[in-house]
Formats: sequence, C-alpha cells, structure tokens
Amino acid sequence: MIVGLDVGGTHTDVVVLEGKEIVSKVKLLTDEEDLLQTVCFGIFEAIQGLKVQSIKRVVVSTTLATNAIVQDNIEPVGVLVASGPGINPWAYVIGDHYYPVGGAIDHRGVEVAPVKETEILRISEELKSKNVRNLALVSKFSVRNPGLELKMRDLLADNFDSVTLGHKLSGHLNFGRRIATAYLNAAVTSISRKFYQATRGCMKKEGIRVPLEILKADGGTMAQEVSEQYAVETILSGPAASVMGTLTFADRTKEEVVLDIGGTTTDIAILVDGVPLLKPLGIRMGGFNTLVRGLRTFSLGVGGDSWVRFLSGELKVGPERKGRALAHGGPEPTPTDALITLGLVQGGQKQRAIDGIRRLAERMGKNVEETAEEVVSKTCALILEAVYALVERVNQQPVYTIHELLKGRQVKPSGLIVIGGPAKELAPQLERMSGWQARVPSNYDVANAIGAAMARTTCMVTVMADTDRRYVVAPEEGYMDKIDWRATKKEVIQIAFNLLRKKALRLGASEKDLQMELLEDQEFKMVQGFYPVGRSIRVKAQIKPGLITPYSEASA
Amino acid sequence: MKANRKTGLVFFPAFDWAISDTHPEREERLLYTQDQIFEEGILDIEGLMEFNPSLATAKEVERVHFCVPKAESVVTESHRISAGGCMTVAEAVLEGKVDCGFALVRPPGHHAMRVVHGARGFCNINNEAIMIEHIRHTYGVDRVAIVDTDCHHGDGTQDIYWHDPDTLFISMHQDGRTLYPGTGFPREMGGPNALGATINIPLPPRTSEEGFLYVMDKLVLPLLEEFEPDIVINSAGQDNHYSDPITAMNFCAQGYAKLTDMLKPHIAVLEGGYSIEGALPYVNVGIILALAGIDYSWVREPDYDPEEIVQTDEVRGSILNTCDFLLEERKQCSAKRQKYLEGKEFVERSKTVFYDTDNIIEEQKEVIRVCRECAGVLRIDSYADTKNHLLAIHIPRKGCDACQEIGRKWFEEGNVARFNLVCLQDRVNDTYHVKRK
Repeated sequence: MIVGLDVGGTHTDVVVLEGKEIVSKVKLLTDEEDLLQTVCFGIFEAIQGLKVQSIKRVVVSTTLATNAIVQDNIEPVGVLVASGPGINPWAYVIGDHYYPVGGAIDHRGVEVAPVKETEILRISEELKSKNVRNLALVSKFSVRNPGLELKMRDLLADNFDSVTLGHKLSGHLNFGRRIATAYLNAAVTSISRKFYQATRGCMKKEGIRVPLEILKADGGTMAQEVSEQYAVETILSGPAASVMGTLTFADRTKEEVVLDIGGTTTDIAILVDGVPLLKPLGIRMGGFNTLVRGLRTFSLGVGGDSWVRFLSGELKVGPERKGRALAHGGPEPTPTDALITLGLVQGGQKQRAIDGIRRLAERMGKNVEETAEEVVSKTCALILEAVYALVERVNQQPVYTIHELLKGRQVKPSGLIVIGGPAKELAPQLERMSGWQARVPSNYDVANAIGAAMARTTCMVTVMADTDRRYVVAPEEGYMDKIDWRATKKEVIQIAFNLLRKKALRLGASEKDLQMELLEDQEFKMVQGFYPVGRSIRVKAQIKPGLITPYSEASA
Repeated sequence: MKANRKTGLVFFPAFDWAISDTHPEREERLLYTQDQIFEEGILDIEGLMEFNPSLATAKEVERVHFCVPKAESVVTESHRISAGGCMTVAEAVLEGKVDCGFALVRPPGHHAMRVVHGARGFCNINNEAIMIEHIRHTYGVDRVAIVDTDCHHGDGTQDIYWHDPDTLFISMHQDGRTLYPGTGFPREMGGPNALGATINIPLPPRTSEEGFLYVMDKLVLPLLEEFEPDIVINSAGQDNHYSDPITAMNFCAQGYAKLTDMLKPHIAVLEGGYSIEGALPYVNVGIILALAGIDYSWVREPDYDPEEIVQTDEVRGSILNTCDFLLEERKQCSAKRQKYLEGKEFVERSKTVFYDTDNIIEEQKEVIRVCRECAGVLRIDSYADTKNHLLAIHIPRKGCDACQEIGRKWFEEGNVARFNLVCLQDRVNDTYHVKRK
C-alpha cells in the first residue's frame, strides 16, 4: 500500500492505494495554523482499518515552505556573495543580511581572485552578534568551480546551524537565481527539518516504519533525510501533485493540456507524450526567480469562486475572489453560481445563486439563463486564452542552433484533461470551444493526493569535461575526476548517467524507476591562437518526471 | 532587476556553423558569451525580451545585393538567420515592443558589398543593410545613421551606402595601413550625390578607451546631431579589444559599455570580435547593460589593468589631428562638390575587390548619374575571375523620373551575350529583374 497526502490551501487530501485501487480516501480542511496536526490527522484517518504493516511508501506534499516564504515567516539568513566582475552584486540583494565579498571565478572555472579570509571572519562575527543562524554562500560560476563557496564554508560552518552552498542546488548557470535559491533554501531549512521529523514521529506512533518521501515542484519525490539539505525544492509541490495525478489518464502519443480548476485559480500544465513539461531554468516564487526545477505551470486568476461583474459594458470574471459562491453564503456572484443557476451543479442555496445572476442579467439587459450561459462561456474563454498563450510561449522558447531553429518541435495540443471542483461541468464547454477532446479522470477530486502517491523520484546532473585541462566535473555532486585528452562525448554521457543513477538511488528512487534521458549534450572544439587544444563537452541528464511502476505502465 | 530602457535581444550563436575547423568564425565563438549572459541572468531582467530570429528571404537580400550568379548560391541558411535576426530586432523596435535592441548573431556582414561574388572578411551578405532596407520598405523609415565600431573598416556597408545621402555611415577603425581591408581613409567621404554622408575615422594602433570616447564626443555625436537620423544603428564589432588576436587596439569592456551609453543606438548588431574567451563575454554583457540602462560599472575583464593599456601622447596626437581634419573637411564638402561636379552628367570609378575568404578577384567599373533630385541611378560592370560577368543597375529608393528611365533603358540594353547576367534592382517599385544567357 502507498499513502499519498497533499496539503492544499483549503483542503488536505489523503489517499491509500493498493495496486491500482483506491482503498481509502479522506478530505479534510487544512489548518494553516497547525499543518503538522493536519498532516498527522490526515494520515491517521486514512489508514483506519488498514494493515499498517503493508504500507510500503508514504509521500507528502505540503504548503509548508511555500507559506513560510509567501507570508515572510522565515528565518534570517546571512548571504555572502562572491560576484567578481559583471552585474553590480547589489542588484541581487536579498534578505536583511547581504554581503558582497571578494573573490571571483571566471566562465572557464578559473579562480581569478581569492576569498579574503579576514573579510569573511569579520562578517561571521557580525552575523553571530545579530543571532543569524543560517548561511547561504554563493559565488558566480560556482557550478564551474565551487572552490570559493567551499572555502567560505570551511571558514564559517562551525559557527552556524545550517549552511547552503549555491552550487549544490542546481547545475544551471544563473548567478541571480542561485543567490535567491540558496537564500530561500537556507531560510526554510530549519522549519522544514523540524516539520518532517515531527511527521516521521507521527508515522512511527501509528506503526508506519517506512521512509517518508517529500514531493518536489517538478513532480518527483525525494527522501526526507535528503530533503533537509534541499528544503527549497518542496515549494509549489501542490500544482505538481495534481498534474502527476492525471498522468495515468494521459495519452502517451499526444500533446495535452492539464487544467486544474480550483476556487481562486486555474493551474495549467502541458503534457508531451504523457510527460509534463518542466520550466527551463526554475520556477518563480515569492517574487524571486529560482533554480528550483519545477513543472511548467501557469496559474490563472480564474476559478469557480472568481468574482463576476458587469463593468463598463463588459462581463468580467476574476482575477479577484470576493469569497465563496453566493449559493454557499458568499457576497458576489461567481461562475459556480452560474452553473448552479443552469442546474448543472447541485447543492447550496440555489435561489441565492439565481438572484445574483438575475441582478447581473438586469444590468446586461439579458435573461437569467442567457446570462448564466455567458458567464460560463466567458470563464472557459479566459481559461483557453491562457492555455493558448502558454502554448505560444513554450513554442517561442529561444533556440541557439540552426538545426533547432529550422526543425524545432512545436507543441500542438489536441486534448484537455480537466480536474478540480467544476471540472465535469466545464469540460463539455471547454471541448466545444477549443475543439480538443476534454476528459475528466475518475477520482479527479483527489488527483493531487494520487499524484503524490504515485510520483517517482526525480533528479538531474550536469557534467562538464575539458579535454585540454584533462578533467571532468559535476560540482553539484561534489564530483571531479581526471579524463583522457582523447575522451569522447559518449564517455562523458556515460559518466553523467552513472552519477545520475547514484544520485537518484540516494534520493530514494527504486531501481525499476530510473527513466534517464539526456537534456543537453554539446561538444565544442577549443581553439587557442589558431590551433585546436581540446574539447569542451557539456552534458545534462535527468530522471524524467513520471510515475513509479506499475502505474507508469497503466493506461486510461 | 529592471531595465530602464526596454531592450530586445536576438541571441543566436549558431553553435552548428563554422567557416572551417580552426577559422576564427567558428562554432564556439559565442559559447563563452552565452555562458556569461546566462550566468549573469541577463535574460531574467525585467524589460529585456529575447526573440528567436526569423529568416531573411531572397527578396529581402535582393533589395540590397546583386548576388552572382544567384542568391541561393552565396547565401546559406546561417546567413539568412543572421540577417533575419537583425530584422527581428528592428521590427521589435519599430513596432514599439522595445526601445532598443541588440542582434547578437553570427556570421557577421559589414564587409559584404552591393555586388556579392562570394565571401570576404568572413561576410557574405550585409546584415545591417538588409535590415535597414527592410525597415525602410515596411515602416517608412527614411534617414538612418550607421556607426560602425568594428576594428576593421566597414567597407561593405560603405560601398552599399556610398551614393545615399539619406544614410550617414560613420566608421571608426584601426588605420587601414595596418589592417584588413586596407581602406577607410578620411578622404573617403561618399559619392558625388552623397558627399559627406560617409565619414571614416582611422585610429592608430593601440588606441585606448580615452581615444575612442574622445572621437565619440568630439566627432560622432555632433555629426549625428547635425544629421538628425530617424534611427541610429551600431555595427558593434568587438575586435578593438586589447586581447583580440587579429587586431592591435587597446579598447576594453568598460569602454565599450560607455561608448554604447553615449551613442544610445536603437539597434546594435554584432560584427567581428575574436577574443572569444577574454573579451566577448564581458564586452557583450557591457553593451547589453548599457543599452538597457542598467549599472555597468562592475563590468570589466578579470585581467583588466588600465595602466597596461594607457594611451601614449603620440596616439593621442594622431587622433586629435584626424578629428580636426575631418571637421574641417566636412565644412568644405558642399563647396568641393559644386566645383567637382560642374558640367558632369555621369561620374565613373573603378575598383578591384578581393574576396579573401573565397579567394575571388572582381574588377568593377561603376557609373553614377549626377543627380540633384535623388541618390542617382547606378550602373556596375562587374567581372570576376570565376568568369561571371555581371551588369548591375540600381534605381535608388527615391529615384527621380529621369534616373528611373535611364535605369530601365540600361537594363533593356544590357546584352546577355556580353554579360552573362544582367540585373535591375528597382527600389522605386521594389522589384528585382534578371536576364541571363
């Protein structure tokens, strides 16, 4: 049996899966003040009457880190930044304890200026006196050479509770994002550690002794022990959970769009051959661009509870939400009220919904039914507009070779998978308007928890070889080795796959679920003067986001 | 981080294209620049928009060039993307999506002249000219200023706009007596109908930041102010850098950023620059930040030492003289023109063009009609040692009735037994006509 749990803003969903069957399903209100209580109680409720010994896996997706960041309820972090030449390091200032320091690495990974020990130690004293307990240490190009970050760590680590090193979080080049990501990671490390250790405590009390896994923003999981170093990766796992929950319904030969229509927002994601698209560099969170791998989702401010009004001759839906639907005691008409008026949705006080739509109808000079229908089609039109815009952005992604420019694959979706509250009622309308087949999976109300339960462990590695300087490195993995001057790209790819395999297993993957793929493999001749001196080989590989066996084999 | 000026970027390193294996114009030329741009997070800056390049069509190429024997034989996909990338940036600027833009594309184009028998100076077609004629045609832009800051004389662009009084072409470059292509002297000031619209500022080897910025301040900016262009274009070659392997100048990344900040071009186009590890990453970051109006004061090369490249008195003196000479010469332009043209209906010039990259020699005889109404109809008799013999006729964009008539007559009379190719570039009607043997 597998337990999957997803904490959402309003509801927390828990499912227990036995093979492909859902043997238990629980929905409870989320207590934002006491998430631990919500999680523990959710697990407790879901496993009532089941044999805890046969639980093989527990996967949790929470809003803990996201909320901490959004509500600015995070711990102070000392950020030390070795930028060297380039953009003014003050442009990246983050948090209340930000220090540009000496030291520089260039694009080849050569240290062109060293760390100044006295400067670092002076900052250390200052941070201690301000009772800052967490550190983020970041240098430009540390993914080419982590030397400066490691040196700073050696000087400082003993005096602080947690130290986050920029190069450990991602192999991508992007200094600004690296700073933000390291900062956010350091800021949520302690609360995450406490929370998940407490969760394990709860599980133990219930007799569940299997490892706990945490869902990440890319729809993959990682072991709780590992998550203590990568707490930031758990942000925005909610939308990812929902998308993963639809994968067993996805058509693996097509491009499809997943719509999760909630109360306030609709989350949009794209599946290509049954695999969700990832953000190229990382997701955006709390106003910061990060290097956190995440699904390419777009959150549109239109949902079942969006505020509907008629303004200067135009019907408007969202993005504001004034409360619940009129039928559920809210203050203003919503798309849900329109669906209730049309008799498509049951429940709530139907008369309140009709009255609200009528007031709108009077202003628009139409009858009640027409108005309700117009609200529904406007809602669907806004959602589809956002879908088309997202697809266009994906298709306009920059490319850098003639081959890619001329032959680039264009995403052309032909199906919709719709989940969330009003999924069933809006799907036919969405299908009519888009011309794409719209499907609503069974158990779509707990797709998020199912997604968490079935998600596989994912990760990525970046490897660079320089046959002139005769080394191969993967700083993120703490890996460096000598390489022959004749080494080929094929060999470097093999090194990347070996490192990826090791990393995935360390993060908690099972041997059966190591679907590895290359993201990038480039080879450049390096010429100095007018003579070739060697080759620069760059490889990125990942475990594809997807489901664990046997769910990965399932079909709709 | 936010850009003070919305800036469009086409970044197209063409990682799968090279002239040859160890040629400076090879696959990884912009690799380290890409690394630096990615690491600096330039593409995350708010107000900075990246676009994919479009492909220039044969029609767009033939608004500018006479390709021998035809466009497809001298223009490959990589060239079409390079020119198309410039057009994409220009479109974004003219449609108001951005305030300015930078086309970081390769291969370069500023050595490509009006007639193209092959590649010279790593260039086949002129990216800037194709872009300019595209926006003139599409958006009705008229007066254009091009400031070419590549270390090599922009002889291709000069050739294309030699007779055009609506295009001010200013090239500052290492003295032609010391560097390819060996032209670009102060007395080269444009054809009879456009005297003074071409300005060449040769700079002595080892010119530093001080010298470049002096020329900008004393000469380039005043000339621009006087010309009042609708749009300013910078052919932003980066081979004036102190670490460039094929030139002898002492310019630096800070200097390039300051120059860009002074010039404030609407569109910058990458030209040469072959110090791919030590200069390009920093110079390009400097140019982008300066265009976007973001603090560039921290941009410098790791090995930058201003003491090492300080300008000598001799170099300073030579630059001062050149500037004084040009300012004086320009004042006398119109009087000289009057005197020179008196009683002449046509003016001829002959030249030999060497295509160093493709090893072709071309002999040209050019005839321009002296005209006070328009840029003048142009006739080029071009014979290359590939045995291709071209008669090319160009009716300018705002060609007067008389020039149009003469141009069409020349084309009709063009004898395909003598010339194996006769072409008419009719810019008034935006058409291109070809007669072949």
